[in-house]
Amino acid sequence: MIIGGLFAIVLTSSGWPVVQERFFSPEAFQTSFPEVARGFWLDIKMFMVIEVAVLILGLVVALVRTSHNAALFPIRALAAVYCDVFRGVPVVILIYLFGFGIPALELSGVPKDPILLAGIALTLAYSAYVAEVYRAGIGSIHQTQTDAALAVGLTKVQAMRYVVLPQAIRRVRPPILNDFISLQKDVALVSILGILEAFKIAQIETNRDFNYTPLIAAALLYLLVTIPMARILDHITAKGEINS
Amino acid sequence: MSAPVLQAKGVTKDFGDRAVLAGIDLSVDEHEAIALIGASGSGKSTLLRCVALLTEIDDGDILLDGKVITDPSVSPVEVRRNLGVVFQAYNLFPHMTVLQNITLGAIKAQKVDRKEAEDRGRALLDRFGLGGREGDRPDELSGGQQQRVALARAFATQPRLMLLDEVTSALDPELVGDVLEVVRELKKEGMTMILATHEMSFAREVADKVAFIHEGKILESGTPEEVLADPKAPETKKFLRRLLAAGRI
Repeated sequence: MIIGGLFAIVLTSSGWPVVQERFFSPEAFQTSFPEVARGFWLDIKMFMVIEVAVLILGLVVALVRTSHNAALFPIRALAAVYCDVFRGVPVVILIYLFGFGIPALELSGVPKDPILLAGIALTLAYSAYVAEVYRAGIGSIHQTQTDAALAVGLTKVQAMRYVVLPQAIRRVRPPILNDFISLQKDVALVSILGILEAFKIAQIETNRDFNYTPLIAAALLYLLVTIPMARILDHITAKGEINS
Repeated sequence: MSAPVLQAKGVTKDFGDRAVLAGIDLSVDEHEAIALIGASGSGKSTLLRCVALLTEIDDGDILLDGKVITDPSVSPVEVRRNLGVVFQAYNLFPHMTVLQNITLGAIKAQKVDRKEAEDRGRALLDRFGLGGREGDRPDELSGGQQQRVALARAFATQPRLMLLDEVTSALDPELVGDVLEVVRELKKEGMTMILATHEMSFAREVADKVAFIHEGKILESGTPEEVLADPKAPETKKFLRRLLAAGRI
């Protein structure tokens, strides 16, 4: 009812015909969609690679942060600082700093490819989040599980590997997938380095004739990957509730 | 006469400013089962955790087969491979099947061939009345079945000594019998055991010796008849009177 009411208000507003022409023009959609979709392929490749990197780096950071080994103290402190900094700085600033700052150093052997640098920035930002999710998951597995693992003769590393981590990972799948939905949209931020992904191409198309329909095309493409992800997330969450 | 399987000499443990173990001396011979009795918080569980090296002692020594195990130079992992521990709340691994639970230690810690470990595991499940449940997850089993799996898990690595911490306390009364049956079986087999328990009937039946712990000290020990029927220390008398009043004997 409320939604219907809102629609009615929007569709009967005096500016609607103009908005319709600017944002929802079928012709502009048809001409821009193939281009934008081609750009979106880069988004997909980027977030798929970044997600794998985040799963690994996040886990490594979480393991360092949850270790009790006295010798690891300096690395543990470093990991804590890393999480604070990379979660605390806006992702868009990280992409600027990595994408423009690192090439400006003019160091030999340091990559200059903006796609790679933006990917590194996103990986570092999201790994900091995901590390904290993993850490919470590890912390949620009761100490008695570790006790039982040690009692059957496992080493501490084996107890983590075979008993704690499998349970922790199962538990944190929903929050990590949630972060990935966010990541799949944030890939659009790499456009600020001039990378021709979906949003950037849509922007260029828009600027050509001041019709914003390409942005709608891009939005649909993002929904195309985030909505299935959300459904997978629902499915896993529901399964988890049944099991527990 | 060979050395006792387990010896504790003047073992102390403080939690903050509370002395949980205040100088424990205990000796367990091979094939002997010792029941630790005493009120909640008396230190029974802590003593078992200290023997399993899951809790560090403050002072004293614990010896396994005559060798000190509470020295920093001793690898706790090596020591634990000779022990079997059963916890009050079972502590099974919920993400593994019953068979995986009981073969994990053999396969990963003792590097037994998987096939062999699984064959031995299945045989053990049959013996403990759990034949056919090998593929189930722990949460598909009753509490009594879970605790029998936990007993099988501890026994599967063929330990020198088993530590049973209130293994029936979390169970509904009608499920206690099957678990006790398994413990009797272990006893018959000649397994050396220390069991912390509230079940005096169980202590009387399975244990060769009963040790009464009060405020972190063993106040008296002897055969079940001596300690349970004719206690000497006033604290033991009081403890047994209370159990009697609560209908727990």
